[in-house]
Amino acid sequence: MGTITFVEHDGTPHQVELEDGSSLMELATNHGVPGIDGDCGGEASCGTCHVIVDDAWITTTGTRTDLESQMVEMSPECGPNSRLACQLRASPALDGLTVHLPEFQM
Amino acid sequence: MFEQTTTKRETMTTNSTLFQRTKVRVTDTVQATVPVDRVIQSVALTLKAKRLAGMMKALRFEERPIPDPADVPLEEIDVSNPFMNRQGQWYPYFARLREEAPVHYQPKSPFGPFWSVTRYADIQAVDSNAEVFSAEPYIVLGPPPFNAEMFIAMDPPKHDVQRRAVQGVVAPKNLKEMESLIRERVQDVLDNLPTDRPFDWVERVSKEITGRMLATLLDFPFEERHKLTYWSDTISGSADATGGTTHQDELFPAAVDLARNFTALWHDKAARRAAGEPDGFDLITLMQTSEDTKDLIKKPFEFLGNLTLLIVGGNDTTRNSMTGGVLALNRFPDEFEKLKADPKLIPNMVSEIIRWQTPLAYMRRVAKRDVHFGGQFIRKGDVVLMWYVSGNRDERKFENADDFIIDRKNARNHMSFGFGVHRCMGNRLAEMQLRILWEELLERFDRIEVIGEPSYVQSNFVKGYSDMQVQLTPKPVREQTPVRVEATSGA
Repeated sequence: MGTITFVEHDGTPHQVELEDGSSLMELATNHGVPGIDGDCGGEASCGTCHVIVDDAWITTTGTRTDLESQMVEMSPECGPNSRLACQLRASPALDGLTVHLPEFQM
Repeated sequence: MFEQTTTKRETMTTNSTLFQRTKVRVTDTVQATVPVDRVIQSVALTLKAKRLAGMMKALRFEERPIPDPADVPLEEIDVSNPFMNRQGQWYPYFARLREEAPVHYQPKSPFGPFWSVTRYADIQAVDSNAEVFSAEPYIVLGPPPFNAEMFIAMDPPKHDVQRRAVQGVVAPKNLKEMESLIRERVQDVLDNLPTDRPFDWVERVSKEITGRMLATLLDFPFEERHKLTYWSDTISGSADATGGTTHQDELFPAAVDLARNFTALWHDKAARRAAGEPDGFDLITLMQTSEDTKDLIKKPFEFLGNLTLLIVGGNDTTRNSMTGGVLALNRFPDEFEKLKADPKLIPNMVSEIIRWQTPLAYMRRVAKRDVHFGGQFIRKGDVVLMWYVSGNRDERKFENADDFIIDRKNARNHMSFGFGVHRCMGNRLAEMQLRILWEELLERFDRIEVIGEPSYVQSNFVKGYSDMQVQLTPKPVREQTPVRVEATSGA
């Protein structure tokens, strides 16, 4: 179904196979991508799967919801393309997506 | 509303809520002009006068044996009893509530009526829903005696503004700067522990390290750091708020003392900075250099509220996790062997310690409207306690939940930090302190043996220890390669 790339803050890329229906947080934690914690298990209530969507992809993924804003906007690294990976569902449309990780998860 | 019979207790509660509101109005007006310590003193006098006039009663608790949960009718179960933890009854009681009444109503506790939410998923749902479940006006079961303004007890959007202004001090970026300093201070504490006799771990290690940490964070005079621990214990031990041992008459002098000290610290810091002292990474500097908070001293209750929150939030929690971790490894000795064989497990063990210990038992919410929840009808204004201590032992979430398993897969999913907008701001600091403590302990000691049983704190909020005797056995030969789990620069 394709791949997605998580880029660590220091530039290290991690390419992960897309699995339809999984969240990006689950993909990252299942494949041991460092820098994604997902402490609340995918309920958008801990803010520890913060990712910054590549500019070229933000119209495809869409911007964050109010639910995500509540958590992610507390991070000093929050930007306009910040999302919670647990709220992004893998689908064929995301093949080739690149997201960047912040230096720290809150 | 009207089908409820109004009892004397409820009248008292209504009066005290009214009193609380009036107090807020008065203090808001007064605090801009009168020194804050004087304001607190006047609140203390008013409360004393009300007690003498018989208008209110300060709570005091006497310990009696708590019967087993199976012998108590469901509707009479009161998990707010501050001796539950000491008598080892919390877990069996919560196990029964999770099975039989996961959203449970207690109509007549000494603190008034309240709901208990005890299953992991339900707690997470309440915690994540600030629109329905408000954190205002306070997050402990009973009323705190004076109204310090803390963002932990504010709803968005005010909460967000206030939290953002101070969270930088415990943000991971700042912590990275502080890691080597924290490590040195931990090393110093451990290097001075006796190894020829048992000693009180709570006093010598847990209190000492957290006290040093707080002094560092606040740039509080290092030799006076014990004051921080004292204020924190006195405030969080309020009998009226948490069923602790602090009577109103002891609490106010501590609050006045805290107010004076921190007001002085603020001015002292401002003077030193004006004289050219380079900026540190402590909280007061951070407040003084941030646009939002540089004049916070002019809103003393907010200033004090935020400081008190940091002191209390960073004190009991980490301290009791430092003690709880040692106790857990003694209760589950195979896990200590596992740890020694693979120190890379430390970060995951830290999460498991925080789950197993759950240093704060609950947070309180108030329903902002009538709501159906977990098969119950919760009315607007009802008090709802989210019992993290129960959710962390919920078998629906954690397999063999009562066991301490340092390589537990989902240990990070523990709810001790809470979920939603009020999620613990100091979570990374707590994890870092515990990680450093265990890295340094493993370097030095072969055995960390608990002697006898620990003593437990009287509280329905702080799940903690007042004393735990420990005997240390040093490693025969100091290893050449130090145990470091994360490759951090310069640490």
